[in-house]
Amino acid sequence: MSSQALSFFRSVNKLNLHEYQAKNIFRQFGIPVPHGLLVNEPGRAFQAARSIKGPPWVVKAQVHAGARGKAGGVKIVNDLDVVEQAAQSMIGQRIITNQTGPAGVMVNQVLVEEGVEIEREFYLSMAINRRNARPTMIFSPVGGVEIEEVMLEYPDLILIERPDPVTGWMPFQARNLLYRLDPLPSPEAIDNITFIAAQVFEIFLRYDCSLIEINPLVITREGKVIALDVKISIDDNASFRQEKIFQLDDKAGKDPLELQAEEYGINYIHLDGNVGVLVNGAGLAMATMDIIKQTGARPANFLDVGGGANEETISRGFEIILKDRHVKAILINIFGGILRCDELAKGVLAALKRMEIHVPLVIRLQGTRVEEGREILKNSDLKFLVAKDLAEAAKLVAEQVS
Amino acid sequence: MSILVDENSRVVIQGISGRRGSFHTKQMLGYNTNIAAGVRPGKGGQRVEGVPVFNTMVEAVQEEGVNVSCIFVPPPFAADSIMEAASAGVKLIICITEGIPVLDMVNVVSFVRSRGAILIGPNCPGIISPGKTMVGIMPRRMHRQGDIGVISRSGTLTYEVVYQLTEVGLGQSTCIGIGGDPIIGISFIDVLAMFKEDNETRGILLIGEIGGKEEEYAAKYIKEEFNKPVLAFIAGRTAPTNKRMGHAGAIISRGMGKAEDKIKTLQDAGITVAQDLCSIGKKALEVMGHG
Repeated sequence: MSSQALSFFRSVNKLNLHEYQAKNIFRQFGIPVPHGLLVNEPGRAFQAARSIKGPPWVVKAQVHAGARGKAGGVKIVNDLDVVEQAAQSMIGQRIITNQTGPAGVMVNQVLVEEGVEIEREFYLSMAINRRNARPTMIFSPVGGVEIEEVMLEYPDLILIERPDPVTGWMPFQARNLLYRLDPLPSPEAIDNITFIAAQVFEIFLRYDCSLIEINPLVITREGKVIALDVKISIDDNASFRQEKIFQLDDKAGKDPLELQAEEYGINYIHLDGNVGVLVNGAGLAMATMDIIKQTGARPANFLDVGGGANEETISRGFEIILKDRHVKAILINIFGGILRCDELAKGVLAALKRMEIHVPLVIRLQGTRVEEGREILKNSDLKFLVAKDLAEAAKLVAEQVS
Repeated sequence: MSILVDENSRVVIQGISGRRGSFHTKQMLGYNTNIAAGVRPGKGGQRVEGVPVFNTMVEAVQEEGVNVSCIFVPPPFAADSIMEAASAGVKLIICITEGIPVLDMVNVVSFVRSRGAILIGPNCPGIISPGKTMVGIMPRRMHRQGDIGVISRSGTLTYEVVYQLTEVGLGQSTCIGIGGDPIIGISFIDVLAMFKEDNETRGILLIGEIGGKEEEYAAKYIKEEFNKPVLAFIAGRTAPTNKRMGHAGAIISRGMGKAEDKIKTLQDAGITVAQDLCSIGKKALEVMGHG
């Protein structure tokens, strides 16, 4: 069974669109974004920039990492001859930010855009508020900085509107947000932002978004309203009815083991420890990781085979753990509910028949059909340690890796 | 007493003919749960595990007087099924299904509230009042009738905790999984309020995990309004912190959601937090006594 934590974890694997993809959707819905071209070779950046209004031009690395600007992933260029150099400094390089981990993420593409002269910056986003069970629009007159910082320092400058599920987003809600601005933008700008707010809600519904964030939303010197930077994330529970948008998923920057797990439909996160963990249920998986840490070892992964796991998913999950070369021992902790212990046992045996296992394996089973599961394991000729409870399982694993 | 379900609950299984629906129907019948009907459109008139199947919830309510629904319908159709149950007048709906789109749940929660029904889940193990009835998918044999209430956002983690409670001799009045999705029906506070009024519940085990603010709300409620001993456990202290949710998600929870923050908030509210899952049964005995 999954958990709220699973949705936390899934936020790692969920579909995050690249900026250029999000901006293409905005264009389709009539929201103005800067003119730009996607470039995947530095040599093409010059050509791209020449066809776009400038100077200045902006070269932006297309990676899923916040704070990319601070890590050299966004460059403003005033000289056409320097555009290629800016692209060169990003494409084929890794960008390391506080959100990517030490390995960083590879940049394969950059977006070359027209520079815009900014008069005023705002923040506008829509996400789900858990407690109210509603999509929630957040608007702030402080744009272009991390919204968390605004939240902490100027909570009064965070404005919130929640559409009613029955009516959807209503125009008065945009007025509630905009007529609190001081000074008041031009009537034309107010009309434009009102339109953008409504369209953001349309996109949110149309694509089962979990987040749409425009930061900043700007009014230019010429008085135009433009979404300068855009993030869109899609709820992966909706993948069955959003096939087209899930085709936009860029596999290039992902951990190979996580990618394989994703293809198998398994919730797996690669960590840097030495004990592989296979558990059913996100809560128990996290708690099992916590226990491993308490014994002095480190979990090598999070792996929830899920409530609907069967012999095949177990076998595949096991296969992924075995591919991680840092794994020195494996702990399987299953508390059978929907997943029956006999199916788990069959899955483990199936995987062990296909793959060689060269590290110690500790298995702890409890719950639905536990006797049948234990019997299947006992009657096989494979070697592993069976723990009677969680405490013993943790102890056995710690002994194996110490 | 126990809360929400007891031996008088007349249960209908929505999605009774599927692999999981039929398997768990059998398990529940084995616990003497009074399963009066099943629903599967197009299979009305048939029987599954001896239970009469109807095409619609309206028929199940009219013919069998069911008052609790348990849903195993797959994600694309689950929202429709929950609303069908509420619309037919069922006041307690337990949705086991995992993977329902969040935007579906926005509509569902609003709809269910407007019909005056209670939704447990989705993405939850269900509810059991040991010795009385079980409506869900938990392994039934490890529970024991008693006076400890268990509330959890997780499934299998709850089984582990209940297993240990029973091992140390602490039985349970009602165990309820509220579900792991971002948008769920009944909350920790809703359940605590019910346990507060339940004479057969003497103490509470609350099992939380990273993400959201449910535990923080619960801590505040317990401190201000709850009068029975509570032992809490929070999973996810080793969860990677650099892999975070989107900005707007973070702003709604104001940067909260980490296990350490939840543990601290609970402790600050005077609630004991178990640090070691392996010995949570013993810890519960320390906090609650033998009763």
